[in-house]
Amino acid sequence: MSTKSASLWARHAIFEKHSSILLLGVLLVISIGGLVEIVPLFYLRSTIETVEGMRPYTPLELAGRRIYVREGCYNCHSQMIRPLRDEVERYGHYSLAAESMYDHPFQWGSKRTGPDLARVGGKYSDLWHVEHLNDPRSVVPASIMPSYSWLAQTRLDGKHIAQDMKVLRLEGVPYTDDMIAAAGDDLKTQATTDAADGDALLARYPKAQVRDFDGNPGRLTEADALVAYLQMLGTLVDFKLYDDKANVR
Amino acid sequence: MPTVRDVPDTEQKTMTDGEMIALALAVVLACFSIIVMAKAQTGAFGFHAFLFAAASIATVFAVGNRYMDRPAALPAQTIDGKPNYNMGPVKVATLFAVFWGIAGFLIGVIIALQLAFPMLNFDLPYTAFGRLRPLHTSAVIFAFGGNVLVGTSFYVVQRTSRARLAGDLAPWFVVLGYNFFILVAGTGYLLGITQGKEYAEPEWYADLFLTVVWVTYFAVFLLTLLKRTEPHIYVANWFYLAFIVTIAVLHLGNNATVPVSVFSPNSYIVWSGVQDAMVQWWYGHNAVGFFLTAGFLALMYYFIPKRADRPVYSYRLSIVHFWALIFLYIWAGPHHLHYTALPDWAQTLGMTFSIMLWMPSWGGMINGLMTLSGAWDKLRTDPVLRMMVVSVAFYGMSTFEGPMMSVKAVNSLSHYTEWTIGHVHSGALGWVAYISFGAIYCLVPWLWHRREMYSVKAINWHFWISTLGIVLYISSMWVAGILQGLMWRAYTSLGFLEYSFIETVEAMHPLYVIRAVGGILFLAGALIMAWNVVMTIRKAEPDTAEAAAGLQLAAAE
Amino acid sequence: MRETYLSLAAFAQTWGLLIFFIGFLGVVAYAFWPSKKRKKAFDEAAQIPLKED
Repeated sequence: MSTKSASLWARHAIFEKHSSILLLGVLLVISIGGLVEIVPLFYLRSTIETVEGMRPYTPLELAGRRIYVREGCYNCHSQMIRPLRDEVERYGHYSLAAESMYDHPFQWGSKRTGPDLARVGGKYSDLWHVEHLNDPRSVVPASIMPSYSWLAQTRLDGKHIAQDMKVLRLEGVPYTDDMIAAAGDDLKTQATTDAADGDALLARYPKAQVRDFDGNPGRLTEADALVAYLQMLGTLVDFKLYDDKANVR
Repeated sequence: MPTVRDVPDTEQKTMTDGEMIALALAVVLACFSIIVMAKAQTGAFGFHAFLFAAASIATVFAVGNRYMDRPAALPAQTIDGKPNYNMGPVKVATLFAVFWGIAGFLIGVIIALQLAFPMLNFDLPYTAFGRLRPLHTSAVIFAFGGNVLVGTSFYVVQRTSRARLAGDLAPWFVVLGYNFFILVAGTGYLLGITQGKEYAEPEWYADLFLTVVWVTYFAVFLLTLLKRTEPHIYVANWFYLAFIVTIAVLHLGNNATVPVSVFSPNSYIVWSGVQDAMVQWWYGHNAVGFFLTAGFLALMYYFIPKRADRPVYSYRLSIVHFWALIFLYIWAGPHHLHYTALPDWAQTLGMTFSIMLWMPSWGGMINGLMTLSGAWDKLRTDPVLRMMVVSVAFYGMSTFEGPMMSVKAVNSLSHYTEWTIGHVHSGALGWVAYISFGAIYCLVPWLWHRREMYSVKAINWHFWISTLGIVLYISSMWVAGILQGLMWRAYTSLGFLEYSFIETVEAMHPLYVIRAVGGILFLAGALIMAWNVVMTIRKAEPDTAEAAAGLQLAAAE
Repeated sequence: MRETYLSLAAFAQTWGLLIFFIGFLGVVAYAFWPSKKRKKAFDEAAQIPLKED
């Protein structure tokens, strides 16, 4: 036994004596796990469920999502309802991979200092959101959330939103040419109650919610964008039509 | 042709290629940054372009002055037969590590207090928890941990290869460039510049700069290994090499973003949804696996044998430990995504490999602890060795807790709760910080030629205060996490959810306070260390034995 | 599809477990095997950080 293991040990000496071989060995060994777990996710069709209703974000929702990412909301809020009885009962249908297929980056989150937001859309009124952002404790006395009162005072800088949409289209999000062309106008249209070209917006983005969000129709603020984003979370897929069984994987 | 001044001494002084390339790149970067500063789409990005311009102009002057002042010949590789070590960059990295350690722990205490007392957010964009939390994680992982790794790796690779560090300007570019990256990343978070991916928050231009620094770091480390006079590559260098190489792969994989424009800090990651989640946690868990584990195992394999003056327990075990650890760790990412929309097969793979990961982790712990056989009495007298041994004990604890939490049944309770935070900090404070403190307490006397640290009593104080801090931190988070998990899933006898979410937040308050106290104690310990390090450098008498022997270390400066 | 899963699972829970366990014992024996020839090389390698230069 000892001669075999000795020679095996001796063979290990080539790693201990040649840094280039050690380097190649490391590269080979660390690449296996990553490849096996990541690559199939891009090819197995079962990875993302087949579902109705998913559409790219409207310019206003996209601007709101940028603010959500910028402020680091994912540090305290998750957007991923797990298929556990208490979560489904507390938050709604468990989150599907399809619901975040256009999310660059994904915001599933890894901590719930605050509640999960995957299906917060439509759960609270716009006014509640504006008040809550302005002073969380005025609406939820025991809340430990920082105040974001300055969002309603900050004018939304949307002049580069079309640029963002072009990059996202490059990465596979199905933005059409007229969506990108109308991006600047759609931004304002979606935040004005019963806007003139609201129907054109709805044609481009089915189920888009078109109204003033921040309670201040005159101005387009960051609060408009963030509340528009929060109000659409989890509302796109109609779970009365969705067939759980067909997509078990 | 570089202007050649008539140099009185023997030979003509000419600029090395390194200096010329450095000057050229610095000038180009300065001009480019000024253009970007002018056309930046956001004020914050303009500020960062200014930082890059200022830093590159400073580089031009620094490299220029250094060229003027240095003798014609570059420092010798060996001086009368002994390797002429280059310890300058190690000193700077060690001091940066102490500084960033204090900064990172301080921000940690602030955000812990913010969770307990929300008005400490001051309701300003720059001080809210959402922007300070990434500042804390990046400061303690990449700034504190990063500088410890860069500094110790440059020290250990030189001493175990008995060869001078490769490159003349390159090591300085690695240390100073890395810390400039930290400055850009940190200021960026406060200004709202983030990619929104945990532990990969720095935006595309900071990532590009870090890639250049990291490739240089890899080149310096590998070239030093290649010109070693000691035929055998010591085990610590395997771990350092695996750390450097794997972090490069992870960095490139998880930061594959398309910038919106050269004049905008914003970018969009190429993957989306479930694929982005998998790539993120392949990166996230292996940032822990290779940055905070493999890298610091290298510290364990060098500083514990050196301090205990005992060879490592079993060299054969370290071979098995090394290859098993780096193979298994990569697979463990999906245990961050249990019961999410990630396909089930990937979740199960993540869980299974996380459980198998327990074996190499404890193999490493056994190798570290058993190195003390025959020297256990030293723990009574040497607080530095005691700190390093306790760190290996914490390593064993958190790498047992990890596989436990990666079991789907346990994870369904612990995921999203404070329990995860408790687990992270038992590894971060207990293992990473303590082995780093041990290494710093070893390095400072060696680097500044002192017989020992200024005050050994202060090290004891640091040890006991910080250990109490860690215990308070971990136990309060365990209680908080399990309380949260159970309250979320509690049902009344009538079958309704027993607690609303806000009731669980209210229940966390006393535990958040205890955690903050634990953090304050840990910060206090680190402050004692900082004081001790400064006093050692400024006050303590030079190590007479070493000074008399005129060790070449002194000549290297 | 279901049958293959069931058969694989059954195999894994019985023979697979045995194979893995024996493999584990092999690795442990491999690590702690006192081999004379390589011992010198290992001891000398373990001494590297302790050598004063």
